Amino acid sequence: MLPTLGYLLLATAFLVCLYGIGASIHGVLAREERWILSARNAMLLSWPLITLSALSLIWLLLTNHFEVQFVWSVTSRSMPTYLKVTSLWGGQAGSLVLWSWLMSAFASVAALRRWDRDREFLPWVVVVVLVTLAFFLSLALFFDNPFSRFWQASNGQTLAAMFPPAGAVPLIPSDGQGLNPLLRHPGMILHPPMLYLGFVSFVIPYSFGMAALITRRSDDRWIRLTRRWTLVGWLFLSLGLVLGARWSYDVLGWGGYWGWDPVEIAAFMPWLTGTAFLHSVMIQEKRGMLKRWNMVLIILTYALVIFATFLTRSGLLSSVHAFAQSSIGPVFFVFIGGTCIISLALLLSRWDDLGGEEHLTSLLSRETLFLVNNLLFLSIVVACFWGVVFPLISQLFTGQQVTVGPPFYQRTTGPLFAGLLLLMGIAPLSAWGHTALQNLGRLILRPFLLSLVLLAVLLAVARLSDPGALLGFWLAGLVALVTLDEFWRSASARSRTHPEALPVALWNLVARDRRRYGGYVIHLGVVLMAIGIVGSQFFQQQTQGTIAQGQEIQLGPYAVRHDSISEWTTNDQRDVTRAVIAVFHGGNQVAELHPRRDYYFVAQQTMTIPGVYSTVQGDLYLILVGWEPIASNGATFKIYWNPLVNFLWCGAVVFILGTLVAAWPDPERRRSRASAPHWSYVPAKQ
Amino acid sequence: MFPQSSRAARQGPAIRRQLASLFWIGFLGGWAGLLLARGHAVAFQAPAPPPTPSADQVNAVARQLYCPVCANVPLDVCPTQACEQWRAIIREELGQGWTPQQIKDYFVQAYGERVLASPPAQGLNLLVYVLPPLAFVLGAYFLYRAVHPWRRGPGQAESTPPSPPEDEYARRLEEQLRKRS
Amino acid sequence: MEPSSRLPSRAPRISLARLVVWGSVLAFLTLMGFGLWRTQEGHISRGLAPGFTLTTFDGQAIHSSDLQGKVVVVNFWASWCTPCGQEAPDLQAAFQQYQKSGVVFLGIDYVDTEPQARAYLRQFGITYPNGPDLGTRISQSFRIGGVPETYFIDRSGHVASVKIGPTTLAELQSILDPLVAG
Repeated sequence: MLPTLGYLLLATAFLVCLYGIGASIHGVLAREERWILSARNAMLLSWPLITLSALSLIWLLLTNHFEVQFVWSVTSRSMPTYLKVTSLWGGQAGSLVLWSWLMSAFASVAALRRWDRDREFLPWVVVVVLVTLAFFLSLALFFDNPFSRFWQASNGQTLAAMFPPAGAVPLIPSDGQGLNPLLRHPGMILHPPMLYLGFVSFVIPYSFGMAALITRRSDDRWIRLTRRWTLVGWLFLSLGLVLGARWSYDVLGWGGYWGWDPVEIAAFMPWLTGTAFLHSVMIQEKRGMLKRWNMVLIILTYALVIFATFLTRSGLLSSVHAFAQSSIGPVFFVFIGGTCIISLALLLSRWDDLGGEEHLTSLLSRETLFLVNNLLFLSIVVACFWGVVFPLISQLFTGQQVTVGPPFYQRTTGPLFAGLLLLMGIAPLSAWGHTALQNLGRLILRPFLLSLVLLAVLLAVARLSDPGALLGFWLAGLVALVTLDEFWRSASARSRTHPEALPVALWNLVARDRRRYGGYVIHLGVVLMAIGIVGSQFFQQQTQGTIAQGQEIQLGPYAVRHDSISEWTTNDQRDVTRAVIAVFHGGNQVAELHPRRDYYFVAQQTMTIPGVYSTVQGDLYLILVGWEPIASNGATFKIYWNPLVNFLWCGAVVFILGTLVAAWPDPERRRSRASAPHWSYVPAKQ
Repeated sequence: MFPQSSRAARQGPAIRRQLASLFWIGFLGGWAGLLLARGHAVAFQAPAPPPTPSADQVNAVARQLYCPVCANVPLDVCPTQACEQWRAIIREELGQGWTPQQIKDYFVQAYGERVLASPPAQGLNLLVYVLPPLAFVLGAYFLYRAVHPWRRGPGQAESTPPSPPEDEYARRLEEQLRKRS
Repeated sequence: MEPSSRLPSRAPRISLARLVVWGSVLAFLTLMGFGLWRTQEGHISRGLAPGFTLTTFDGQAIHSSDLQGKVVVVNFWASWCTPCGQEAPDLQAAFQQYQKSGVVFLGIDYVDTEPQARAYLRQFGITYPNGPDLGTRISQSFRIGGVPETYFIDRSGHVASVKIGPTTLAELQSILDPLVAG
């Protein structure tokens, strides 16, 4: 009964979306506002419907209704309750419901904002958002139904369908398969919802952009309205990517956090275009330029979001081949293709309307440097997309399967990322409109000299010789110094003109220009992350050895001693093998690690959990090698030394904090908006 | 010019030369023979077996290869039984003295090009390496075209105001803040 | 009333730049779509079977062109594949049963290592020709999705039947009897 109810709720939500699309278009064509308002209400109605459907699915998951195919595939009786809830996004069908739920939630938030000044945008925003929502609902309804049940046909065959086939009886398995062990980790619990939040957030700016195109608006109103959406979406996307990297580091047991897997790259690409978009909208706001380019960027971001959504569904073995060979692949392709064509057609038809009033005048102006930033980001996107798609092309034309792996991505995108780092050090010092080289030189002189000192220290003390690593560290130092110098100069200038102490001046500065200073904090976060990435990528060391109890393995200045090993079976269907390892540095014991090997015998899958000793200098990362036998002559261990990797995680925290600062609503503006009666004309000064 | 000595008289030095060359042939031949025999003996005396390659050495090669069946999993971390067998092959071949490049070539011949981390740069695969830099150069060109025609002439560049004093900077900062709120 | 920021619309220009943009976007989408469609095709299921050359573990070279007029059973297996071991005795029994009818059994070892492959053949007593699929060329031409898979080729060289997954002697007999007769 409940599965049918859940399915019907989802189907109703789908019909409501279709109604909303139709009503909206009719309202515009017939110029009748009540149809448009009805469509807006339809958008609001979708959320409670999908919420109820999602809740019924969660209830089915919690109460072990294994006759439902999705429940059977992702839960089992022995799983703890919280995992049963999170298994909602443990498979494609459930994650489609999650996506739809988040999309309808954000659609409702967008619907509930004050539309008085932007009445003409409303119908088109409703149409675009509801088309997206309807697409994902249709996938859940027609292609991968989470409420589909098992039946036993009269000939003994097992079928899965929503409604009972003729002559079939219900089939209720006694237990489910259980969630993939790799997904039973806090990182994987948060990572998909965060990513999806990021993805659905970007649909809103896209819909406003389309609305602006359709209504032939050539100003930047759509950007101002969606500025927070973009920033919030970008925040969640960044958080989702970092969590995915951390999960990979903690659980996949290969000592790294980013493997340039197509799934990772697919989620990374919208982040790249989103970052480019974040920067170039500032140009449109300040100078009225690049309207067409911003449209191109938001269209690209939306298309990449849809592409990534499919590829990053919780199937862990997804790759581009899985996308291509599943039944859902063609549907996605048609949707993405249709989106691209329609958006492109719209954009080209308004091309002349969007001509800018101003032009780029200087090679070193902030606009040009932001455009160089865009060029670099988009080149990275091209490299990533091409690397992901090329194996398919190779197979198509030559019949040969090839792998495009990390060496390609590192060599192609490495210099581009270095260029971005360099830009982060120069662009904050440039001015809008025109920057004379002398000005820029004067401003950068102090940080530049200090950075050279830093470089000398690196060469002398750390005795580094790898040119790539040296360049990376030097650039990171330069950017950090430039950014801190900016803070210093602004704060001291303010404290000179106001009777404020320096820290207070700094606080007030940040409070009054959150976007700019939040952006600088984000840049500092990126610097820390860059240090972590350069350190762990260029200087990673590893070793593998089989040692008996009491024996040691050396890696650099560390020695690890195998103290003991124990095996037992837990009550959630896994065999655990746990080693106790003592870590020595320079002769003194500094830590005791417990790397583990869990064998989930029902799923027949092994998971290796590392023991990690984290310090500022780096991580000593130890795993019990999963596939080697553990016998009396010893166990096999793999040890990684990841230098400076904790800078990556700390940098990510700073990064997120900076984004919160930049996205924080200004109290003054809220007050001024609330005080003015909402039907009067308020000057557009934001 | 030379006195026409008798054959017998000329034969004297000739015989000496022949004897000398015979001696040298014998001497050098003997040495060569000895050396060859020694080398032959050395070959027969089976060389000490090379030490079993360590796991690190195997992983150093395995890291450059990818699992032929699982997608995007490097061979040194792949946990399947099949990968274990392939690592055993690497260990065996390293033990026989193969170079990493020879091992990689063997894997390509046996399992196809997908075992390599990057497609070999030939034929259609060249497109992989060419396209991204091309896209970047193209983009840079368009960007340059967007800026260049509108750059101010050199005369105007010189008329830019001199670097403003620090208070001027503070004043501009205030203006910016006012615009923001 | 808000100041309007609309500009009068103009008829769209058919310029070379637009043609290039549309051309490249459509070409790209077509390419992706075609690639997707091809990968959706899955394993071959009808038509002429692809030609191949198999060099067995014993060094014998078998060309598919030499097998014209015979019923051929092509079985893809691997030593690390457990279901392959389940069907191995059935395949050997079927080989012995249909040997006098002239049915050719070929085993293609997919992405395997020779010592393990030989051990597998010894373990199940397989006597029909087996060889490694060098460079995964044969498996790619048959577009297999995994192992085990068995392809039945009739006397005219066309693919008559495909079995995905482990098979049984009864199943083999039900497929081969009509092929041998017809």
